[in-house]
Amino acid sequence: MLDTLWIVPALPLAGFVFLALAGGRIPRTVIAFIATATVGISALLAIAIGVTFLGLLPQEASYRQVLWQWVSVAGFEPAIGFHLDALSLVMMFVVTFVAFWIHLYSTEFMIEDEAYGRFFAYMNLFVASMLILVLADNLLLLYLGWEGVGACSYLLIGFWYHDSANGRAAQKAFIVTRVGDTAMAIALFLLFVNFGTLDIQAILQQASESIQSGSLIAVAVTALLLGGAVGKSAQLPLQTWLPDAMAGPTPVSALIHAATMVTAGVYLIARTHTLYSLAPQVMAAVAGVGALTLFIAGTAALVQRDIKRVLAYSTISQIGYMFLALGVGAWGAAMFHFMTHAFFKALLFLAAGAVINALHHEHDIFKMGGVRHKLPLVFWTFLIGSASLAGFPLVTAGFYSKDLILWQAWSSGQGQAWLWAIGVATAFLTAIYIFRVVFIVFFGKERTHVEKLPRRPMTVPLVVLAFFSIVSGFVEIPPALGGRHLFSSFMSSALPSAAVEESHTTELIFSLIASLLALAGIYLAHLFFRTRREHAEPDAGKRLTRFLFGGWGFDWLYDRIFVRPFVWIARVNRNDYIDSIYGGIAALSRGLNTVFSSTETGRVRLYAAGIACGSIILVAIALLL
Amino acid sequence: MTDQIPAEYALVLAAILFALGLAGVLVRRNILFILISLEIMLNAAGLALIAAGARWGEPDGQIMFLLVLATAGAEVSVGLALVLQLYKQFRTLDIDAASRMKG
Amino acid sequence: MVTLFFIAAAVAIIATFMVITHLEAVHALLHLVVSLLAVALIFYLLGAPFIAALEVIIYAGAIMVLFVFVVMVLNLGPLTREQETRWLRPGMWVAPAILSGVLALELVYVLLGGQKPLSVSSGVDVKEVSHSLFGPYLIAVEVASILLMAGLVGAYHIGRGWKGKAR
Repeated sequence: MLDTLWIVPALPLAGFVFLALAGGRIPRTVIAFIATATVGISALLAIAIGVTFLGLLPQEASYRQVLWQWVSVAGFEPAIGFHLDALSLVMMFVVTFVAFWIHLYSTEFMIEDEAYGRFFAYMNLFVASMLILVLADNLLLLYLGWEGVGACSYLLIGFWYHDSANGRAAQKAFIVTRVGDTAMAIALFLLFVNFGTLDIQAILQQASESIQSGSLIAVAVTALLLGGAVGKSAQLPLQTWLPDAMAGPTPVSALIHAATMVTAGVYLIARTHTLYSLAPQVMAAVAGVGALTLFIAGTAALVQRDIKRVLAYSTISQIGYMFLALGVGAWGAAMFHFMTHAFFKALLFLAAGAVINALHHEHDIFKMGGVRHKLPLVFWTFLIGSASLAGFPLVTAGFYSKDLILWQAWSSGQGQAWLWAIGVATAFLTAIYIFRVVFIVFFGKERTHVEKLPRRPMTVPLVVLAFFSIVSGFVEIPPALGGRHLFSSFMSSALPSAAVEESHTTELIFSLIASLLALAGIYLAHLFFRTRREHAEPDAGKRLTRFLFGGWGFDWLYDRIFVRPFVWIARVNRNDYIDSIYGGIAALSRGLNTVFSSTETGRVRLYAAGIACGSIILVAIALLL
Repeated sequence: MTDQIPAEYALVLAAILFALGLAGVLVRRNILFILISLEIMLNAAGLALIAAGARWGEPDGQIMFLLVLATAGAEVSVGLALVLQLYKQFRTLDIDAASRMKG
Repeated sequence: MVTLFFIAAAVAIIATFMVITHLEAVHALLHLVVSLLAVALIFYLLGAPFIAALEVIIYAGAIMVLFVFVVMVLNLGPLTREQETRWLRPGMWVAPAILSGVLALELVYVLLGGQKPLSVSSGVDVKEVSHSLFGPYLIAVEVASILLMAGLVGAYHIGRGWKGKAR
């Protein structure tokens, strides 16, 4: 069973190739069928492989499949090979599974779009690239997938390219992530120079044997990899692209900019966790980045008017939680939150997409209202997603995963009180901002008339994802609440688990605090945005509101620091002075041509005289030398 | 042969003849004289080859001369045919009359 | 023997000088024949009697006859002589004379410069020449024959329209 691993990424890739070549000429039903079926079969295969792998688990913690040698240059021999262990299995499962439901949803959501085939071709290419990323057994192949998902992200953000604002958003996403990717490329060079290979397992093996904790190379490599990770995962200071990336179609936001691609940074750090363990300073930086990002994004989400931007900031914030977990060494907790987040955030986006679709593509939440009666199913699923995001106690997946992170932020070896405090405070904010959306959009009186009701292909994914948003948390229950460690024991075959020494009572108290804060947040949201809705609209005149609305002014800052000087330089260099060197060479050649062609008189005796002069000079040179 | 001719003398003679031929090519406007001067230069080159071959006692110089002779024959036949055509076209033997690259 | 060489060399130089300065084409050609005969003598003195014979037969014989023949065909009258006088003003000679003089001086300097005199060996047998001509140089001979063929065809082709349209 395991040797069919290569088919999992190959199927969506084949789907992409087919749709890219034939997408314009075949009927929509066929396009939808091919796109969904390839990803669906991949998902089934991933589940089957997962089951087989679980059966083998205690004896064999990983499986490796090398397809062929990619390049072979002077000892540099990366393979096209896949590595399966608990970490990549979880990623592979979540990617294919969530992608399948989002594909199914898109078949209905995008039905009126002209470029139906192009959309699904990009989506399939994205799934294939993402699978290559998570399954790659060497960093070069991982980088291929990494850039592949970046390219797909660019293509899909700018999918509706007729509006130039979408094109600009796509460029912004591409350029900002490129900053991180460059750092990551340098990290790869450093790794190759030091270890002579890019094979991940070999590097981790060698690193744990030969590198000392806190040594320069470990710090440099992990810091640069962190640069790549913050770019891709929209963390501070490269988080500005993600809110603008909402210009793409909503299923794209759900799949790429919430569930899968943006968590690639988390995956990268978890994958190279051995290196990070050797660089405690960088570990602290990861935690710090995560903590700051989750707080900044959480506050920014409080005042957004666009429903998708709320979710985008929420995504940044939730990935901040994952970074926080990674930074304190709670690798398993980060992956756990990745999984639950993928389910409930995809659900939230899809439900928001259903609302947007029903209300003539209206994004502003203050023009929505009372949708709950017209779209009951969407309301209930969105409510479940929101509850999960807010960490509603005991019944939602988000509660268990976030609780685990918060607990380990406090209790693990690298954990610190301020990390926990920020995490808990933002959990409170999270409950407020997401239930703000719930109350404003689904309650109150109707503002925009509901026209289109979602049909079966859109509602089924909502129900399925809602189901998983609840039950996926039950695989890992803290000891204080009964204790079940399916996920962490599974993860421990690939990632070291954070040691927890505190008593169950302490843990219970912490859970209680988090739960109470979440409930308090929901109550406050109810108070402000349900009962006193008239005053809920953010006042754009207030300075603080404007500051938060703009995501703490990072866009403004980057515009001043990077964009404007660059534009200024470009304007100064409008005549392209560097190019004038080459222009000068061309002009010189042209001038010489004019000079020499004027000697071409057709007078044979002049030519003969030229030859004579030349031979005289040559003989003279021979004489003198 | 008691007193032999030094090879340098023959070579110097070749150089002088060559220079005279070159002067002829450069100074004359009559195409017929240019061809004649070219013959002088070819002959001078042949003389140099013979002298060098004789200096080393090798047959190669003479063979080269034979090849030069063949070249000269071909060159003269084509050149004189061109002279005839030129005269037919322009009614003159002035080489500068044919400075335009068109018939 | 050296005396003989010097006399022949002087004849050759003077005759060649006459060739390039003479105004009448036929006279120039006769001077050229004299020069070629002098060079043939030098060939003989250098121990290459076969080449001397070829020089007389082919150069002074065949090629010069071809020239004379063309001059006769062209039928150049006194008009041409006037033209030549006009073309060959003394001033015309300055630049070519300087160029050629410099070249000749350079060559002479190279040839006589410093090294010990190289005397000519006793000459090369015709048999030896023939052996290497049809031995290692066979390809060159073939190429030369192709060249002559090309010259034949080319001359025929270029000179073809002469008779029909000339007059």
